[in-house]
Amino acid sequence: MAVRVQREDFDIGAELDALTRDRHDIGAVTSFVGLVRDIAGDARIGAMTLEHYPGMTEKELARVEAEANARWQLSATLIVHRFGRLEPGDRIVLCAAASPHREQAFEACHFLIDWLKTSAPFWKLEDTDKGPQWVDAKTTDDAAAARWNKSQ
Amino acid sequence: MKVLWFAWLRTRVGTGEETIALPDSVTDVAGLLDFLAQRSPGHAEALKNRNVVRVAVNQTYVKPDHAITDGDEIAIFPPVTGG
Repeated sequence: MAVRVQREDFDIGAELDALTRDRHDIGAVTSFVGLVRDIAGDARIGAMTLEHYPGMTEKELARVEAEANARWQLSATLIVHRFGRLEPGDRIVLCAAASPHREQAFEACHFLIDWLKTSAPFWKLEDTDKGPQWVDAKTTDDAAAARWNKSQ
Repeated sequence: MKVLWFAWLRTRVGTGEETIALPDSVTDVAGLLDFLAQRSPGHAEALKNRNVVRVAVNQTYVKPDHAITDGDEIAIFPPVTGG
């Protein structure tokens, strides 16, 4: 289990390789990579700045990761999330889940990104052709996270 | 007490961090938000719609009835938009 919050880019291949190297119990690894788009609604995005709450960010990501490990049989998990100034095409986040079997890995990876989007304290400020705009939280993200509530 | 502001709440308030003396009459998060809203027009504007205000005490999400003490680190921010 590992979470990292960093300004620097990450190498997807190297991260997944490190996660599974010499681990012959792992039969499946799934990953999600979030990228910066150049369009938000009808505005063009030149760049975005990701602000976060150092300390709480790491705690929340670790909580999300621990919850995934409690729910699924996982051999390894990883969350890497960037902050600072990013441009269209740049990588924002990597979630990965490794398991003996694919179903566990697929579901856990989906859960990791859905839950972190509604709990990890990050905020996006988009630099658009209409001026700087803070991104509003989406109700579709809340719905995506709520799908994983145990009561449902 | 240390109060941290993030994202557009920070820009409305005009600072990312302030230290306040907590009055004895303020005992929970809801009371603290009422107290902070009186500090400036920017604070009042930031805290006008409580539906879009999230609060963490010592880096953990809490509800409005959560009890607070002078040594707590309070963070106030809008719904998160990472990922």
